[in-house]
Formats: sequence, structure tokens, C-alpha cells
Amino acid sequence: MKILVPIKRVVDFNVKVRVKPDGSGVDTANVKMSMNPFDEIAVEEAVRLKEKGIATEIVAVSCGVAACQETLRTALALGADRAILVETDVELQPLAVAKLLAAIVAKEQPQLVILGKQAIDDDANQTGQMLAALLDWPQAAFASKVDIADGSATVKREVDGGLETLQMKLPAIVTTDLRLNEPRYATLPNIMKAKKKPTETTNPATLGVDVTPRLMTLKVVEPPKRKGGGRVADVQELVAKLRNEAKVIA
Amino acid sequence: MSVLVIAEHDHTSLKSATLHTITAALQLGGEVGSEVHVLIAGHNAGAAAQAAASVAGVAKVLHADAPHLAMPTAENIAATALSLFPGAYTHVLAPATGFGKNVLPRVSAKLDVAQVSEITSIVSPDTFVRPIYAGNAFATVQSKDPVKVITVRSTAFDAAAATGGSGTVETMTAPADTGHATVTGQELTKSERPELTSARIVISGGRGLGSGENFKMLEALADKLNAALGASRAAVDAGYVPNDYQVGQTGKIVAPDLYIAIGISGAIQHLAGMKDSKVIVAINKDAEAPIFQIADYGLVGDLFVLVPELTAALG
Repeated sequence: MKILVPIKRVVDFNVKVRVKPDGSGVDTANVKMSMNPFDEIAVEEAVRLKEKGIATEIVAVSCGVAACQETLRTALALGADRAILVETDVELQPLAVAKLLAAIVAKEQPQLVILGKQAIDDDANQTGQMLAALLDWPQAAFASKVDIADGSATVKREVDGGLETLQMKLPAIVTTDLRLNEPRYATLPNIMKAKKKPTETTNPATLGVDVTPRLMTLKVVEPPKRKGGGRVADVQELVAKLRNEAKVIA
Repeated sequence: MSVLVIAEHDHTSLKSATLHTITAALQLGGEVGSEVHVLIAGHNAGAAAQAAASVAGVAKVLHADAPHLAMPTAENIAATALSLFPGAYTHVLAPATGFGKNVLPRVSAKLDVAQVSEITSIVSPDTFVRPIYAGNAFATVQSKDPVKVITVRSTAFDAAAATGGSGTVETMTAPADTGHATVTGQELTKSERPELTSARIVISGGRGLGSGENFKMLEALADKLNAALGASRAAVDAGYVPNDYQVGQTGKIVAPDLYIAIGISGAIQHLAGMKDSKVIVAINKDAEAPIFQIADYGLVGDLFVLVPELTAALG
């Protein structure tokens, strides 16, 4: 079984982003970039399925600027077998990415696509579900456990009230939540080996996909600053302040 | 032209997030002079449909009832909503909850339109504000697509009045089961406490609690304050509490009157889920913890001493 794992290059989760003074967006120049954390979980899950003998090949795909090659190298070092870059300088929005991925799926014919549930830059939480809709495949979003057997997937997914179990026939789409697994780190020998793994590059025009943005960002601003930093000496003072100053408890 | 809200409900009543979403819909409807319609897709969900018709401002409820909508999949809810297209709807809204996030992108992709996720305000019928980068920036985005598909952050819009409305209930035929997937089980966390996302007071614990057993200490405090319990990602990952307790960028977004963070250092991903709370209290032994920078009342010390003391002080 072939697994496709789409990954996104994003501002590293440890970076505190700054809004550009002209309000046109967030400053990403000279900022550390990494693989979206939920996508690391997706790669890890695919690698584990391969280690269990369920998957035979893992194809990592990323859509975006040429520098996404680095992110694909990371996926290869973590255990993906080959990589595809859909290269474009156009700002890609979730619907466009879903269409590009649908075109890749048509070529690669994977039985399973595992994506991160959300990218930590645009926080959209859309691409996996959109891809499932475009392909007319079942989806298991926000997965915390995935079992594959006899051409079916049984997926435990995180819902607002707890957990839900879904059963579906493959091919299917899974999006990862935090509890699915704990991703490994790439070892040095594997990083070296990754350099020899095959990578191909294509682009939206070749795939026949119009990626023109549908949403226009008119401006980006900093959130209102919260005035914090107040201290209380002890529990008595805290309770008094909550009662008499903040008036939030009786 | 009308605005459609896909309701999250439990077949007998509306989830509170739906009421907040209806407020956003009414605001949009008011700007463009449209009616607000609510889709109830469920099974034996007449009571939920009635509840939706009673919400002030709702003109019409579309009620689709079928056995396969009893424990519905995203595929079946989306298919039900999509059966209303092509039609008169200019906007489709759902709450930005696990439900809405699961379903709405399917609707949006099938309509070949962009989705605007988790809006916090409406600038005009095609322009919305939404948080990006864990709420460290807010983007104003404009959609030129013919249908605007939107998830709504509950904490940014008041709840619509649950009574006073006199909408009509219209039965619609649910499309056949898409057969994509089946819900075979649910493990829902049972709790007598208020729901995390709508509670007036939230008490959250972090890694500092050290164990699931120690969370009991927070339960005693929550009982005193009739508060909901939440947690940081670290506490959930460590298995102290179930996943549905998680507050943060990729968990639940809360904005209660009072948020008490106990043993939580305050990673930006956690702050993204709670920094709009009216009053924030932090209890942590590390005086340098980032949570203190946004807390109105910070108390530095050993939580294992301070929490029981606080519980006792609330008599």
C-alpha cells in the first residue's frame, strides 16, 4: 500500500511572529522555518505503518516555494521514500493545495493520505477535509489512533466531547491530532541517506490546477495587548481581589 | 437571498456554539437584508428543530431527519447541506468547533469556494477578521467567491437569545447515506460540570500538577466555583486528563469571566486558547513563567499548598 503524506513548510512553532509595520502580513524573512508539527506526526504515522509491513511506499509532497525542498528532505530523513515538490511562488490557500494534492493523488494512486489537521501559520484546518471532498473519499479528521486491516481503516478521532471511532474503506484521508504519536528525530545517518532519495519537481500548470488565491488579505494587525503582570501576595489577597475588584466570584 | 447556519446539536437541543454562530449569521443577514435559516440534520431531532425555530431572529429551520444522521459523519452532514445548492444561500456558517471544522471544508470544496476559518468579526458581507499564527496576528480577509463559507469562533460573538423567535420548521429530505464511513463507537467524557467552552469560570491545570491523581485537587476547587475543568497540552499529552480538556491554538478556545491557570507555564499555543478571558489568575512556582505576563493576578508559590488553601478560603 502506498501512502501519500503532504507536508507544509511553516514558521517554526517556537518563533514569536511579528506583524510587518505596513500591515501587509507577518514577517517571515530570516525566521526559522520547520515542518508543520502536525505534519511531522503524519510522517511518523506513515513510517510506523511501513515498519509494521502495512505500507510499502511513502511519498512526501509539499506545495510552495523552492525552499520547501528542505522540508521534504526532513521527511525523507524521517523515513519517506521519495518526495514531490509542487513548486510555485503564488500564495497557496487551502482549496488550491487540496486541488494540487488531488492531482498528485490521481497520478500516484495512494490508498491512504495522511495530513496534519492544521497548519500553525494560517490555522485554517481545511486542506485534508477539502481533499477528501474533491476525491469523494471518506475522511477521518483529528485522528488519535489509526488501524489498517483488510482494506479498511478504523480510526479513533478526537471530538469535542471525547473520542469517536470511525470505520471506512480505503482509499481514505486521515488528518492527525496531537495524540496520534510522538514523532521521532531524524538520525544523522538517515539525514545523509535522505540526500540520495529521489525528489521530483512539478508545478501547478503541469498539474492543470488554477491556484489563484480566492481570499485577499487586506491587512494584518497585532492583537490588542493584554495588560497583565499583576501580582498578589497570598490566597487571602487573591480572593479579596476576585471578590471586590474584579467582581468575578461571589 | 439567505444565510444558512449548519447547527451543531444533540438531537434534542442546540449546542451553545450554534447560538453564537446564529448571532454572526444575523449580523450578516442584517447587513444584506437576508433571512437566517438553520439546518438541523439529525435523527428524531424534532426537539432540536423546535429549539432552533425558537431562537430570536431565525426565519426558517430546515429539518432533515434520517437514521444515518443519528451519529452522523462529516460526509453525510455535508451532503445534506449541499443538497440545498444551487440555491439562494450567499453564506454558509457553522461553529468553529470539532463539528464545524470537520464538516465545513467538505461543503466549501464541493462548492469550489474558499472557506474563511474561525472568524472573530464581520467587517462587511464579504470581509472578515480571523486570527492567524495562534492569535499572534489578526488578518482581515475578503472573499470574492459567490458563496462565503465560514466557521465562527464562539467567544467572539454573543449567544443569540434561545427564545422569542417564531421561525417555521420545514421538513427536507436527507440525501441517502453516502456510505463513506460509519461511526462505530463513542467514548464521551462524562461530567456534571459546565461545558468548557461556555462556562463562566474555567480552572485549567498543566504539567505542574504532576499526575492525573493530583487533578482531583482542581476538581474540589471547581466544585466550589461551579467551574469547568481544562488543561494545557502538556497535561493532556502526559495522560493526566482526556483530550477534550485541552485549551489552546489547536484545542478549545475559551473566554470565560475568570480563568485560573494552575501549574501552567504559558506557551503561546496555550495562551492562544484563553487570553481573551476577562480575568486571568495564574498560580505557578516559577516567578518567571510567561503566564504571569498576561495574568491579572499572579500568585507565585507551591500549587500543592495554594490550591487547597484557595479551596478552603472560598468556604
